[in-house]
Amino acid sequence: MGGQVRDKICSVAEAMADVHDGDVVAAHCWGACGTPGYLFRALAARGANDLTFCCTNFLPAPPGLEDIGYPDPTVLLPQLKKIITPFLGTRAFRGVLGEDFLGDRVKSGQLEVDATTHGALMERLHAGAMELGGFYSPVGLKTVVEKGKEKRVIDGKEYILEKPIRPDVGLVKALKADKLGNLVYRGSARAANPVIAMACRLTIVEVWEVVEVGELDPELIVTPGIYVDHVVKIPDEDPASAKRVEELFKNFARELVGFGTESGDSQGGQE
Amino acid sequence: MKERLSEEVMAMRAAKELEAGDSCNLGLGTPQLCALYIPEGIQVQAENGVLGYGPLVTTDNAEMADPALMDAGSRFYTPAPGMSFFDMLTSFAMIRSGRLTTILGGLEVSGKGDLAIHSMSEADEYPQIGGAMDLAWGAKKLIVTMTHNTRDGKSKIVKELSLPLSSPECVDIIVTDLAVIEVTPEGLVLKEVAPGWTVPEVQALTEARLVISEDVKEVEL
Repeated sequence: MGGQVRDKICSVAEAMADVHDGDVVAAHCWGACGTPGYLFRALAARGANDLTFCCTNFLPAPPGLEDIGYPDPTVLLPQLKKIITPFLGTRAFRGVLGEDFLGDRVKSGQLEVDATTHGALMERLHAGAMELGGFYSPVGLKTVVEKGKEKRVIDGKEYILEKPIRPDVGLVKALKADKLGNLVYRGSARAANPVIAMACRLTIVEVWEVVEVGELDPELIVTPGIYVDHVVKIPDEDPASAKRVEELFKNFARELVGFGTESGDSQGGQE
Repeated sequence: MKERLSEEVMAMRAAKELEAGDSCNLGLGTPQLCALYIPEGIQVQAENGVLGYGPLVTTDNAEMADPALMDAGSRFYTPAPGMSFFDMLTSFAMIRSGRLTTILGGLEVSGKGDLAIHSMSEADEYPQIGGAMDLAWGAKKLIVTMTHNTRDGKSKIVKELSLPLSSPECVDIIVTDLAVIEVTPEGLVLKEVAPGWTVPEVQALTEARLVISEDVKEVEL
């Protein structure tokens, strides 16, 4: 390869300098797996305000684990004016942050919540990436999801118009990146990260490992570097680094396994 | 007081609805327990992007927990041969396109098979939808497992939903701690009752009118 290649590896401060007041920020958020918790903390330190946060779930870290590297979106709460999410873990919040912490903010108008479904959220981001004006979806008909949305009958079937989401900033977690920003993921930590990288105007990625161009197998690259603007390697001393997470899972395995069981029981279909 | 079916037995009965070659998604709560009883050769899917994962990690083998191997209920799973990973666009195309047999919990089911699942309580002002609407709408076959009555004794099988609708006319089979009920164009057909319970007793605890199957029998595992 001739000529100059822009090296996308940068410091977290450089990456965050491009986040501004009022931005729409998107991130995968699903507990310990694939959630860019390091970048959540970096964005909190950056301090941009009036953000809209678009995330797969909004769940607090289990009590006591937030200080040791478990991803925690609640560090962003003071900066948010709106959350677009299919799942707001209110019951979990009652335990962690006190009775109806989020509810009070929603009721007083400090925080707006846009309810959507996981499938709709994925396709809204995809539609954003494809520069679509929207798409017609059958899921959510006759439910809270159709509220305020245009409806249309196509070939005898009814649909609701879902609008695209084109976030200003995407916070992404990947396993490895090269200097071009090509990304590979691991296991179910892939999740919503690839679609978020595609949909956002500016994509910032946290990784455990940075490798040279040519080291990643092109057959296995999931997100081509063209979708990536900044790559930040998590410092070894940070609780979200590969080394520290490995230690976390070694020392707190029973607690982490136990939490999964509890959080599961607090969701859908259970009283 | 007569005994109702345990959560484990409900899970076993619901798992019986799966057929060889099916792929399935198991919702949170009782449906998660079905994983212990599903026949061999059935792949389990999780919304965050995995098909065909192995048994869940428990506190007995907690050292197996891997941060990249986590299901939709934030539980860690073990790998299994034939397992595949994919992004959530791929995952929800799978979910919406009738490729999965799905077992979900429920708060209420109506006589038409309408499902309420996403709201924790009537007081919640922000719904907790997650993937439940996609799963319910897109399932090849939808099995709902839930207790027959609320803690206050109210029937969860109702004429019309009192809770917010999650998905209209989507439920195929209801497995409760008292009965197995099929949703048909003719109405809710009572197929099986828990051991020791009579048809009139089950009907008395059910708000919606049940059509009694000619061959109604004890719950079979």
